[in-house]
Amino acid sequence: MSENRIAVTKTYKLYIGGAFPRSESGRSYPVVDANGGFLANAAQGSRKDARDAVAAARKAFAGWSGATAYNRGQVLFRVAEVLEGRREQFAAEVAACEGVPAKKAQSLVDAAIDRWVWYAGWTDKVATVLGASNPVAGPYFSFSVPEPTGVVAVLAPQESSLLGLISVVAPVIATGNTAVVVTSQDRPLPAVTLSEVLATSDLPGGVVNVLTGRTAEIAPWLASHADVNALDLTGAPESARADLERAAAGTVKRVLRARPAEDFTGEPGLARLRAFLETKTVWHPIGV
Amino acid sequence: MWEYAPAPESRDIANLKPNYRMFIDGQFVEGAGDPLKTVNPGTEEVLAEVSTAGQADVDKAVKAARRAYERVWGRMPGAERAKYIFRIARLIQERARELAVLESLDNGKPIKESRDVDVPTAAAHFFYHAGWADKLGYAGYGPDPRPLGVVGQVIPWNFPLLMAAWKIAPALATGNTVVIKPAETTPLTALVLAEIIQQADLPPGVVNILAGAGDVGAAVVSHPDVDKVAFTGSTEVGKIIQRQLAGTGRRLTLELGGKAANIVFDDAPLDQAVEGIVNGIFFNQGHVCCAGSRLLVQESVADELLEKLHVRVSTLRVGDPLDKNTDVGAINSREQLTKIQELVESGDAEGAERWTSACPLPDKGFYFAPTVFSNVSQAMRIAREEIFGPVLSVLTFRTPDEAVAKANNTPYGLSAGIWTEKGSRILWAAQKMRAGVVWANTFNRFDPTAPFGGYQESGFGREGGRTGLEAYLDV
Repeated sequence: MSENRIAVTKTYKLYIGGAFPRSESGRSYPVVDANGGFLANAAQGSRKDARDAVAAARKAFAGWSGATAYNRGQVLFRVAEVLEGRREQFAAEVAACEGVPAKKAQSLVDAAIDRWVWYAGWTDKVATVLGASNPVAGPYFSFSVPEPTGVVAVLAPQESSLLGLISVVAPVIATGNTAVVVTSQDRPLPAVTLSEVLATSDLPGGVVNVLTGRTAEIAPWLASHADVNALDLTGAPESARADLERAAAGTVKRVLRARPAEDFTGEPGLARLRAFLETKTVWHPIGV
Repeated sequence: MWEYAPAPESRDIANLKPNYRMFIDGQFVEGAGDPLKTVNPGTEEVLAEVSTAGQADVDKAVKAARRAYERVWGRMPGAERAKYIFRIARLIQERARELAVLESLDNGKPIKESRDVDVPTAAAHFFYHAGWADKLGYAGYGPDPRPLGVVGQVIPWNFPLLMAAWKIAPALATGNTVVIKPAETTPLTALVLAEIIQQADLPPGVVNILAGAGDVGAAVVSHPDVDKVAFTGSTEVGKIIQRQLAGTGRRLTLELGGKAANIVFDDAPLDQAVEGIVNGIFFNQGHVCCAGSRLLVQESVADELLEKLHVRVSTLRVGDPLDKNTDVGAINSREQLTKIQELVESGDAEGAERWTSACPLPDKGFYFAPTVFSNVSQAMRIAREEIFGPVLSVLTFRTPDEAVAKANNTPYGLSAGIWTEKGSRILWAAQKMRAGVVWANTFNRFDPTAPFGGYQESGFGREGGRTGLEAYLDV
């Protein structure tokens, strides 16, 4: 091969319902590296794209939440396998987007893959750890199980383009929720590549939907959407957080008010899993 | 049918006083608000005058709670907190009869319910949570989960003492201090609970109990020095509170309205189901957020079930809340009665078929005869809106999938009922319900060990069980 070979560049698109459309608005915006150099154009998602993504997430919810925990665990582990195969590509994109040295980028990618494996293992343990048999004072069997909240709108961290992204997406879908993810606005490329991994890892279409674009433009439509059950504010612009919470109140959404971790490499704990779970308590009489 | 002789509980047992005062910083005090008159909904007589809070009183209560949190309660070892909470549980048990009669007087609920459900369950809530106070490290929230600080709580009029217990017990067990406001129409048992808290010798300021209307509640939940708000009430007000707290970082849990489906499959034990349906909608006059207000019956048994239901509901005795034989007591207020009447009229206007029990009603007081609407369609207001009264809407279905779809066709998601003899169908339907509590072959069961709370617009957060502790911990 010639050393002067011209590379095939990629068109970075949205990921909705398992397909890769451009924004229906026809808009795109330039993504630049840490030094201001042009990397690519990303699709600039619109209100209509957000609504399409919510519809896709809702459609996928019954199947994904109804899958066995073992099955979800295997699918998520498969995602980690495919991530592993793309280590180099992710490292290059993280280095370009975040402006970190290659070695640091590689360690962030490795941590992201390991994070995904960690959450994949939680799918069939959450009910054991968070569920209960309730010793009620009467002749009844009562038990409580955690169940997914539904469709979760996730505003991904703005800085940590892959590890941060995975740290907020994996806990949402591990428990059976489906997600509409708004990526880091200025560092969206690893997220788009992640969506290519998801599309080729047996994850049903619509379980994760990925929107690139202006967070402040897309987020209000998700916060007020009646078919969104919960909202993760992690990557929300500081100035928009209160308004987004107010909009979310219109349909009593669960709001995770977390801010991005300064360092996403630490052990995450259960908080993000719990944030998008409901507890269902079931009673039945005991008798002969 | 057997006639029942009156069997009234004596109202003297309530130790009713002409005046009640608020409880701030360990003292009973007059508030700056206009005193309210609380009415016996069973007779429309004024029971007592109750002092209410002004903004300065809310400030005082929050300051007292802050001081108590920082100086005493927040740093007290859990084992010591536990013993205070156990004391409260025991004192409630000792004064159970007094509290039950007072509750029925102020709220209008039948004495057999206040005596057998509200008061014992309130005591059980304190007893259960007392035991958690020194075991929080084992609750799955890390080795030493911390309290949030000062908690502002607003509770409804349907289970006045029980809701106070649901709110106060977990808050105290986890090391928080409390400012709580009972409902405008039912403040009395909460103020007797204040006496109990005083008798238990809780440090001043750990629990503060304010009286007043919605404006006092609004002042409590929007107070800038409150770290966490817990509200039980309507979805409408819940949304307002969620909006108010937006951007403040203050924690919030909400237990809101419901429009529960009670599903009867064709193989259900119909007589048992009828008892459960009656309990589901006529318990506490239907003033229950998790009431089984939408009956979904499989078409093949609908006529038979409806006939049995009419016969059974006809035997419900409506009247004097203090009579031990009363099944359905008084509607809590004229305002609520008007709301029920308005929704029932909408049912008539929208073409549902109304059946009303021919039971006699007392001449005075707020009463509403048990009512069952059949031929209800999903679009009618009586199938969508929370009536919060003794009014049942009956819809039918043909297949289990249709039952599930109709049951979940609501923005609410608090509770659901399932009646069938088939175990696998129970578990299937329970899994499909988008609701926080599912009762199978039973209804309206509550226990401090069993988490309670809603999906969707029925609110978020749970009360009871290990899960319920999370609402009051900084985790």
